[in-house]
Amino acid sequence: MDINISRVPAERQASSFKKDGVGFMKFKKLFYSQKVAPYVFVIPFILSFFFFWVYPLITAFTMSFQDIGAIKSEWIGFANYAKLLKDNVFHIAVMNSCKYMFFTLVLLIPFPMLFAVLMDSHLVKAKGVWKAVLYMPALTSVVISGTLFRLMFTEYTTGQMNMITAALGLGTYKWLKMGWSGMVALLIVACWRWTGVNMLYFLSGLKSIDSSLYEAADIDGASGWQKFRYVTLPLLKPTTVYVLTISVYAGLSMFLESYMLWAGNSSPNNIGLTIVGYLYKRGIEKNDMGYACAVGVVLLVVALIINFVQLIFNGTFKKEEQ
Amino acid sequence: MAKQKTMSGTPQRRVGTILGTGFFLILSLIIIFPVFAGLLASFRPGTQLIRRGLAIDLDISTMNLNNYTYLFSGNADSQKYFMWYKNSLVITVVSVALTLLICYFVAYGLTMYEFRFKNALFTIVLATMMVPFEILMLPLYKEIIAFKLIDTYTGVIIIGLCGASTIFFFKQYLSGLPKDLLDAARIDGCNEYKISVKIILPLAKPAFASMGILCAMGSWNAILWPLLVLKGANKFTLPIGLNTLLTPYGNNYDVLIAGSMFGILPILVIFLIFNRYIIDGMTAGAVKG
Repeated sequence: MDINISRVPAERQASSFKKDGVGFMKFKKLFYSQKVAPYVFVIPFILSFFFFWVYPLITAFTMSFQDIGAIKSEWIGFANYAKLLKDNVFHIAVMNSCKYMFFTLVLLIPFPMLFAVLMDSHLVKAKGVWKAVLYMPALTSVVISGTLFRLMFTEYTTGQMNMITAALGLGTYKWLKMGWSGMVALLIVACWRWTGVNMLYFLSGLKSIDSSLYEAADIDGASGWQKFRYVTLPLLKPTTVYVLTISVYAGLSMFLESYMLWAGNSSPNNIGLTIVGYLYKRGIEKNDMGYACAVGVVLLVVALIINFVQLIFNGTFKKEEQ
Repeated sequence: MAKQKTMSGTPQRRVGTILGTGFFLILSLIIIFPVFAGLLASFRPGTQLIRRGLAIDLDISTMNLNNYTYLFSGNADSQKYFMWYKNSLVITVVSVALTLLICYFVAYGLTMYEFRFKNALFTIVLATMMVPFEILMLPLYKEIIAFKLIDTYTGVIIIGLCGASTIFFFKQYLSGLPKDLLDAARIDGCNEYKISVKIILPLAKPAFASMGILCAMGSWNAILWPLLVLKGANKFTLPIGLNTLLTPYGNNYDVLIAGSMFGILPILVIFLIFNRYIIDGMTAGAVKG
């Protein structure tokens, strides 16, 4: 952006500064000074921050206290929030999102961590291949993977999931028509997509652990489990906290997986409806922006509270004080 | 975890290696399975998908390339598909180029200088990551309408140009470069902006590679925001376009399944070439926390 001006040879600039204090020269000198340059560099971020973060965030709050009409909007105080308290569909959405978040935490933290520990050991050959394959699901668009899984979870006996359950003697199911199996389908998609990604996070965490610690543990005669429990686990904590934090957000704000699995934002009896799905339904499909923003504010508050509690519990803030 | 005991006994160790490697082999097969099944299905008529779901059927005699010849035939469906493909490419290339440059300069400013609001600004960068995009989505949508950017590529691209995680990654990378370089360049008469472009930028090439691929993947696969902003069928990106084929009547499943498989291709090729950089870029934030 500023490249054109900078093409002027430095010597000429220096000499021109000496001549006189013409306004433009002053400006130019200031522009090139080490004091002003950093501000020039960060201007795009500041603009983007105000236009695409501060303003929408404030608007989300103010809109949640309004009834947004096509022509004019009016302030209605806490009416949207009062309505949310009594809205059964919203309660279903919150329950679904929280359940989904909880189970993704249970499934997508311990297992990828163990996989990473195994991958880091000398027991595994051709590591590069497995890492690449496990990461592959994250590359595919949710539209594509969601479509593939929707077809796999078909209610016909020829679908993969039904073939598997039938082979195990469990019979066949209408996967995407019942509450529990719909959640199972969502979780399977989540595991498919994120196991590899989380494993890579943990792997990079393991790489940063000093190997001499394991050697010291060996000298002390520590068993494999003891080494995992007293060396790996505590030193992996920053990574675990990071994965936990992003997983809480990702779990609570999940929408597209459900949108694709049910080919649209409507699942039978709302079994796949999430908080963001409800926000989308109200705000975009029903054009009730004020109410949808109230849903968004609730999502933000819930996400911040959960992560705040989690971070305090994990002692993240304490560490910074030291 | 290093197990000393297994190191000594070779037969034991071999069994361990077979079990460990076998475990990842099985896991990889499970992960590949849906995509593989989709690939097989793309060689059969789309009506099969509706009737049977995604069934594994290795019978080669029933397979043919009809879906792909249809996709490349140049008829109305094919033209529509490649228009989406082109739109996705344009949006991806432009947004990646702009995002990388802007984020690089922002990170450069935040790393190479000491100034009054430096730490506050960096905290703000991190804070923006703490609010899920979905909450800002509706106000942003109204804002984009007010700016008359609805149904334009600019509207899709503009909101993501200062990605906090990209800035963060560049900052991490730039912090590792010696600042003496700047002083040396200043003595040689380089001005501040020239240093950032001519001296430091070439050194940050690996960071550009890592972030470029991650941004490209994100942009190529983006759904939610393009779904809101793009209204006309001729402006759709590939995921949005494919999504419209997903009707209950399923009259276009031929294009859907073949198009989906062909849509994974560019990202897959990039991934296989640059896979090392991707992992570097993705895990940068996880270690320091």
